[in-house]
Amino acid sequence: MSTRSGAEAGNPSGSLAVLHNVKRPDAAWNEGCGPFRLHGRYGLFIAAVFLVSSAATWAQAGAAQPSIFSVLVKWTPLLFSGFLFNILISVMAMAIGTVVGAALGLGQISPNPMVRWVGYYVTQFFRNSPWLVLLFFCMLLLPFQFNLGGYTVPLPDWMKATFGLALPVMANVSEIVRGAVNSLPSGQWEAAESLAFTRRQTLWRIILPQCIKRMLPPWMNLYAILTMATVLASIVGVSEVMTLTGEVLAAEGGRGDLLVPLYAMILLWFFLYCYPIARWTVVLERKYAVNT
Amino acid sequence: MESFFAWFRWLYDETGINLPFLYDSYDRARMLSGFYTTVWLSAICLFFSVIIGIVGAWLQGSPYKWTRRIVNGYIQFFRNTPPLVQLYFFYFAISSLLPQVTTEYGGSAPLIGNVAWAIISLSFFAGAFNVEIFRSGIDAVPQSTVEAANSLGFTRLQIYRYVTLPLAMRVALPALNNNLVNLVKTTTLAYAIAVPEMLYVANQIWSDNVNVPEMMVLLLISYIALVGVLVWAMNTWERKLKIPGFGT
Repeated sequence: MSTRSGAEAGNPSGSLAVLHNVKRPDAAWNEGCGPFRLHGRYGLFIAAVFLVSSAATWAQAGAAQPSIFSVLVKWTPLLFSGFLFNILISVMAMAIGTVVGAALGLGQISPNPMVRWVGYYVTQFFRNSPWLVLLFFCMLLLPFQFNLGGYTVPLPDWMKATFGLALPVMANVSEIVRGAVNSLPSGQWEAAESLAFTRRQTLWRIILPQCIKRMLPPWMNLYAILTMATVLASIVGVSEVMTLTGEVLAAEGGRGDLLVPLYAMILLWFFLYCYPIARWTVVLERKYAVNT
Repeated sequence: MESFFAWFRWLYDETGINLPFLYDSYDRARMLSGFYTTVWLSAICLFFSVIIGIVGAWLQGSPYKWTRRIVNGYIQFFRNTPPLVQLYFFYFAISSLLPQVTTEYGGSAPLIGNVAWAIISLSFFAGAFNVEIFRSGIDAVPQSTVEAANSLGFTRLQIYRYVTLPLAMRVALPALNNNLVNLVKTTTLAYAIAVPEMLYVANQIWSDNVNVPEMMVLLLISYIALVGVLVWAMNTWERKLKIPGFGT
C-alpha cells in the first residue's frame, strides 16, 4: 500500500522519500481496473460486435432477402418469451433446489452419523454428476403423468426439466449451507451451549442467522450458473429460447447469415441478465467480507 | 472373459436388466470409444484451460490498460453467458463464417470440425474461470515476496514464472480442482454438436436397446468415477506441493 499512499499524499509520481519506488507488477490492479471492477461497457461491446457482424453479413447476403434487422425485429417477441420461460425455469428450479438443498445441508451437519452419512453421499453424488446427464435422467425416467389420490396429474416436459435442474442445485445449496455453518467460529457453538441453548435453538437463533450473510453470495452465484444451464433443456426438447432459435432459423429457410446475429442476440440477453447478478454478488461479498 | 460377458446375457434373459455394453461386442466397442473420447476431450480441455488461465492471469497483471481490459472482457463474457450457447455460437455461427475445405471425397467440410470446436469452446469457457482462480492465488502471494524478487533484479516475466506462479498455484489449487471437476462435467455439452462422447454414445445405445435406466445408472457411475480419479489426483498433487507454513 506504500506506493498508493504516497500518491494519495500529493506526490504525483508516487515515489517515496527514502526508498526507491518498487515497481509492482500488480500495482495496477488496485487502481481503477480491478478484476471485478467492470462496467456495462462490456455489454455494449458485445452489442457492438453483434450489430457490426449482422451488418456485415447483411451486406454479403444482398438486398433480395429481408434485412437481418427486420428478421430479428419480427422474431424478437417470440424469442424473448422463450427467454422469459428460461427465467421461469431457473426461478422454479432454484426454489425447489434451495428448499431441498437446505434440508440436505442441515442433514450433513446433523449429530446423527447415519443422517450425516446419507446427506454427505447424496450431496456428493449429485454435485459430481454432469448437469446434462441428470437432466436426461429426469426427462427420460420420470413419468409424463402420475396418479395422486385418484386424480391424474400431468407432468409436462418443462416441469421434468425443472426437477432435473433442481437436483444439482440442491447438492450445491447443501454444500453452501454446510460450508457456511462450518465457517463460523466454534466459539459461537460453545458460547450458545454455555448459555444453555438447545441444539435446535442454537442452530435457528444463533448459527443460521449469521450464515445467511455468508451464504448469499455463493447462492446468487449458483443462481447465475443455473440460469445459464437452463438452455440445456433445449437438448432434451423443452421449447425454450434455444429451441425457438433453431425453429426461427428453420422458418427463415436456413439462412446462413442469420446464424451469427441470432446466437449473438441470445448471448447478449443472457449476459445482460447474469452480469448484474455477478456484479451484485461481488458487492455483497465485499460488504460481508470479514477482515482477518 | 467370454463367460463373464455371457453371464450378462443370461442376466438380461432372466431378470430383464439389459446391459448390452457388456455382452454385445459392438455396443461394448461403442461404449469404450465413448468413454475414451470423454477422457481424451477432458484431458485436452483441462490442459488448454490451465494454459489459458496462467497466461490470462499474467496478462491481467499487465501494465497496459487495454490488455487488462481485453482479458477482463473475455472473462466476463465467458462467465456470464451459457456454455451451450457459446458452443452453438462457435459451432454454427462462427463456423459458417469460415471457409470450407474440400474433403478427399470431393465434398466440402467445415474448416474446423465439431470435436475441435468443442475443445476450443470448452477450453475458453473453463479458461475464463481459471484466470480468476489464478488471479486470486496471485493476490494471495505476499507483496514483500514480489518486492524481494524485484529488488533481486527479476524481470516481470521471471517474477511470474519463478516466484509468483509457484506460490499462487498452491493457493489456487482447491479452487482449480473445483473448476476442473466442472470442466469434466461440462464436456457432456459436446453431445449437442454430435461429438461421440460418453453421453452421445449412451444415447445411441439406449435408443437401440430401450434400456434407459441401465444406461443412465452407468453414465452417472462413470462420470462420478472419472471425477473421483481427477479429485484424487489433484489432492495428491496438492499434498505433494504443500510447503510448511505457507497457505492454510
